[in-house]
Amino acid sequence: MQTKRTTFSNWWLPYALLAPQVIITLIFFVWPASQALLQSVYRQGDAFGIRPPTFVGLRNFEILLSDPLYLNSLKVTFIFSVGTTLLSMSVALLFAVMVNRMIRSRDSYTTFLVWPYAIAPAIAGVLWWFIFNPNIGILPYVLQGIGYDWNHRSSSTDAMILIIVAAAWKQISYNFLFFLAGLQSIPHSLIEAAAIDGASRFKRFWNIVFPLLSPITFFLMVVNIVYAMFDTFGVIHATTEGGPAQATNILVYKVFRDGFVNLNIGSSAAQSVILMGIVIVLTVVQFRYIERRVNY
Amino acid sequence: MVENNRWGNFFAHLVLILGVAVVVFPVYVAVIASTHPSGTFLRGVMPLLPGPNALENYRTVIFEGRSRAGTPPIGGMLWNSFIMAMAITLGKLSISILSAFAIVYFRFPGRIFFFWVIFLTLMLPVEVRIVPTFEVVANLGMLNSFAGLSIPLIASATATFLFRQFFMTVPEELMEAARVDGAGPMKFFKDILLPLSITNIAALFVIMFIYGWNQYLWPLLITTDQEYYTIVMGIQRMVTGGDSEPLWHLVMATVTLAALPPILVILFMQRLFVKGLTETEK
Repeated sequence: MQTKRTTFSNWWLPYALLAPQVIITLIFFVWPASQALLQSVYRQGDAFGIRPPTFVGLRNFEILLSDPLYLNSLKVTFIFSVGTTLLSMSVALLFAVMVNRMIRSRDSYTTFLVWPYAIAPAIAGVLWWFIFNPNIGILPYVLQGIGYDWNHRSSSTDAMILIIVAAAWKQISYNFLFFLAGLQSIPHSLIEAAAIDGASRFKRFWNIVFPLLSPITFFLMVVNIVYAMFDTFGVIHATTEGGPAQATNILVYKVFRDGFVNLNIGSSAAQSVILMGIVIVLTVVQFRYIERRVNY
Repeated sequence: MVENNRWGNFFAHLVLILGVAVVVFPVYVAVIASTHPSGTFLRGVMPLLPGPNALENYRTVIFEGRSRAGTPPIGGMLWNSFIMAMAITLGKLSISILSAFAIVYFRFPGRIFFFWVIFLTLMLPVEVRIVPTFEVVANLGMLNSFAGLSIPLIASATATFLFRQFFMTVPEELMEAARVDGAGPMKFFKDILLPLSITNIAALFVIMFIYGWNQYLWPLLITTDQEYYTIVMGIQRMVTGGDSEPLWHLVMATVTLAALPPILVILFMQRLFVKGLTETEK
């Protein structure tokens, strides 16, 4: 890793400058993470201190991976993140392509499309929960008109749709901005050349624009999956609370529930360790991509 | 444009206007709902046109709250959110600009090691290690305090990276000239590097403020004292506060007030926001 060609020489100053960041990282990141690793291989003692914690090796993980509830949570997380990513990215791409055609109105449309980024996931959840409310919500009313009885309190599918819509809605702005930046960096001459060769509008998009957008698309895919897996706690907690019947109990929510509500520390720690593993894999994937993209 | 297609443009505008309508709709509904009396929500479908009770509702939530359901007046919660967001933002900005300065402008043993320690924080969002982090904060006696709300969240790999990238593009000559003129590292930092970084700082400020304001799980766990409730977590208490249907008109007035500050920040600093977002992430 490079520094400047010439550097200041001072033996203590750099450590002093790094100290606040490093101390906070050690206390609030590295220490808890190692605690999670440790707890994940122990069976917790009882509350009265009569039975001390015992070392159980990978037992917690074995229990976890044979637990139908956990496997269900994995499945639910998968459906939720894929659904959120697909919905939010495709809508954002559509908006970006349309806005990119505009000249005068580009900025005004952008303004209208970026602000949902500012809304907290929990608030996004509450907003859509209101709209989808079975008693007074407008969408169930409309759906009833076409003969669909919406109830996310009893139907797992409805609950899943609700949280996907809420989570995706908030993420549209983010994807939109990146797609728009990507579209604007595509040289116009390429598209004009294709047009002269007689390529239709659709062909130009599919064979030129879309491939050139693929690095951004890939980047956004990773970011969106990370978002859906880890940043949507608020959406779930403020709306379905994992229900009905575990249908929306995604991994992050389950860690919280098992740790704080059911007080099963060993299992919660093992879940934390698995989640950390997932985050590390996703981050590495993302960084490899950034390295490759440098000369794009 | 390659060819000017009148119908194509018309179609594009149509799609965008519909799209904007869908994107705006949830917030529109919330604002409308916050202007109605409670009776509107007892039956039928929710209203789509403004009602007469706006002033009354907002006055109730800001100054009175719903004491029976355990939610304090939200005036205080707004203030808490503001303090927390500012503490997180300023904390993140200052510790990461300092560490980026150390990493770029000094050569010292352990540099790579520290870089990786900081990098780790990027990989571990608070949600995945929530139980042990909570224990650490509880052991330090930081529950129910602004320190507990903000300090655990201010380590930031992202900001450190952005500043590092930016410092690498600052011309070498500036530093050489400063050294020739006898300026020490801190003087160089204060008088040359800091003024050059203003745009980056502002762009990051927008992103970090929104991040801080929207914190949810963390305040939910470590505040049990109403005095430290933040607005975003307070809404959840209002929604699930009782067995009955929530008092929608008050919930939506709170939602509107909770979402307003970060939205205003984005709208007023849109250019910086876009710059901050697209540059931090790549």
